[in-house]
Amino acid sequence: MKQLLILSGKGGTGKTTIASAFIRLSDAKVYADCDVDAPNLHLVMTQNMEPKHTDYYGMPKAHIDADKCVGCGLCKDNCRFDAISDEQGYLIDLFACEGCGVCEAVCPAGAVTMIPAVAGALTLYADNNRVFSTAQLKMGNGTSGMLVTEVKEHMKATAAHDAKLAVIDGSPGIGCPVIASLCGVDMVLIVAEPSISGISDMERIIKTSETFKTKIGLCINKYDTNLKNTQTIEDYCLTKGLSFTGRIPFDPEAVKAINNGQTIVDIDCPSGSAVREVFSSTMDLLFHESEDSKA
Amino acid sequence: MENRNTKIAVLSGKGGTGKTLVSVNLASVALRSVYIDCDVEEPNGHLFFKPEVNFKRDIYVKMPFINESLCTGCRKCVDFCRFNALAFTKNKPLVFKQVCHSCGGCVLLCPKKAITEKEKMIGKVQKGISGNVTVITGILNTGEASGIPIIKRLLDKDMSDERSPVFIDCPPGSACIVMESIKNADYCILVAEPTIFGVHNLNMVYDLVRLFNKPYGVVLNKCLDGENPAERFCIDKNISILGRIPFDNELGTMNSDAKIAVRENKRYRELFESILEKVMKEVQHETTADPKR
Repeated sequence: MKQLLILSGKGGTGKTTIASAFIRLSDAKVYADCDVDAPNLHLVMTQNMEPKHTDYYGMPKAHIDADKCVGCGLCKDNCRFDAISDEQGYLIDLFACEGCGVCEAVCPAGAVTMIPAVAGALTLYADNNRVFSTAQLKMGNGTSGMLVTEVKEHMKATAAHDAKLAVIDGSPGIGCPVIASLCGVDMVLIVAEPSISGISDMERIIKTSETFKTKIGLCINKYDTNLKNTQTIEDYCLTKGLSFTGRIPFDPEAVKAINNGQTIVDIDCPSGSAVREVFSSTMDLLFHESEDSKA
Repeated sequence: MENRNTKIAVLSGKGGTGKTLVSVNLASVALRSVYIDCDVEEPNGHLFFKPEVNFKRDIYVKMPFINESLCTGCRKCVDFCRFNALAFTKNKPLVFKQVCHSCGGCVLLCPKKAITEKEKMIGKVQKGISGNVTVITGILNTGEASGIPIIKRLLDKDMSDERSPVFIDCPPGSACIVMESIKNADYCILVAEPTIFGVHNLNMVYDLVRLFNKPYGVVLNKCLDGENPAERFCIDKNISILGRIPFDNELGTMNSDAKIAVRENKRYRELFESILEKVMKEVQHETTADPKR
């Protein structure tokens, strides 16, 4: 099974819009939403299947037993995350606590215990035919990378053995959830946007992806909103030897489709026709390009 | 507008809804202000302001370093590390820097004092001036997992002028990096776009600001004629709407060319002035209503 990951660096360039179109066009049997901070794919990929929810445990959280605490302050002195206050006895700030366990290790009175904490929920839709893995991180939590890894593991463990393609919607940025989503995928499709901000973010996500030695393809969404910047991106691809998989125009119909819970290939619209071409060149790149031409 | 130290965070949940557009333009219409870009993974504000940089500092985190001549292979550090940043190979611990959280536990626990810490550079902060705005930016190096130490430095008191309103441009999402960015904010502006994705993610940050007990209002961006699901959401939840930014090609082009709309066009100057006025009024109302703030 080949795994295609869709990333962008900048948010709002159209990752989910394009991921949902790809899922429809390929009739993908396996897909996942790795944007665990702000998942949206489920809003357009309406499921007839019963979801199975699982609690996601991130790092444990420290708890101080006030009866045992001797007030020495060693826990606070050694906490690198400013997670312990001493205003009304020693107390843990559960949002700041990263669960390292240093306070438990240094406490001379055995007053600190590490307690498992639910940090989010995994949701898996599956029947004989299809698998869709997604998750939602609890607000303010810091272990999105670990949750992304679990989303992908659920997806892979449930996928049929003969499935050919998995489409994975990624998250914006270049940090831990993105790095976790990049691990082990066969190709990244970067959705760029023709703005100065979009170009800067695109260069940073390309650099990040390159460290994983993954095949990279790039398409431009809303290309006609700034033709000069579109040209800059295409020139950049040429200079860097990146595979360019096409342009998609800005299309008010796309917004309407999404707001109706449809993908852009479910209706007849300019962005829908353009994404078909992007899809076919992306599939060529993913399935046919020889392995040794990897960047 | 000379509100001392007022910190206004701009967030959205979803990416690309216009956080940078709103915070850059609000900072530009204030008499004197500070703009802080907390989206250290993909910082864009500096592309608009093009500030003259007069301060730069590299940001380091501590990484364990194992002195193999002292290590006896007792595994205490490996067994302790909950982040799996230490693995035991060939009878010695090996550090995986990517996943290390710099908690310092291994150093504390090593009975032979074989572990010390070395600094590793993960990015930088810089500060500069662009007209009336002090521009503070943090940049995470590519390949690094967490920008939290950079965000902490950006929001240090000594980084910004004491007397200006401070606009904090937050990263997307609602995870730890966003929480860190809004922690000390006096007011939160939620930027929403009129799509079901926009509303779904607006709902998340709406929960987040309420969880942290922050006063907030919404700016509706990319407004088109017809049904706006984000506006519907605000009306249903009785959320204050601070302003509406229309979807138009002129603004879109200026924004995609990284131009600051209020510095180019009178119509946008007036629009953002009215939003700023409303924000400041709400902030003042909040500070008098709750003297602790």
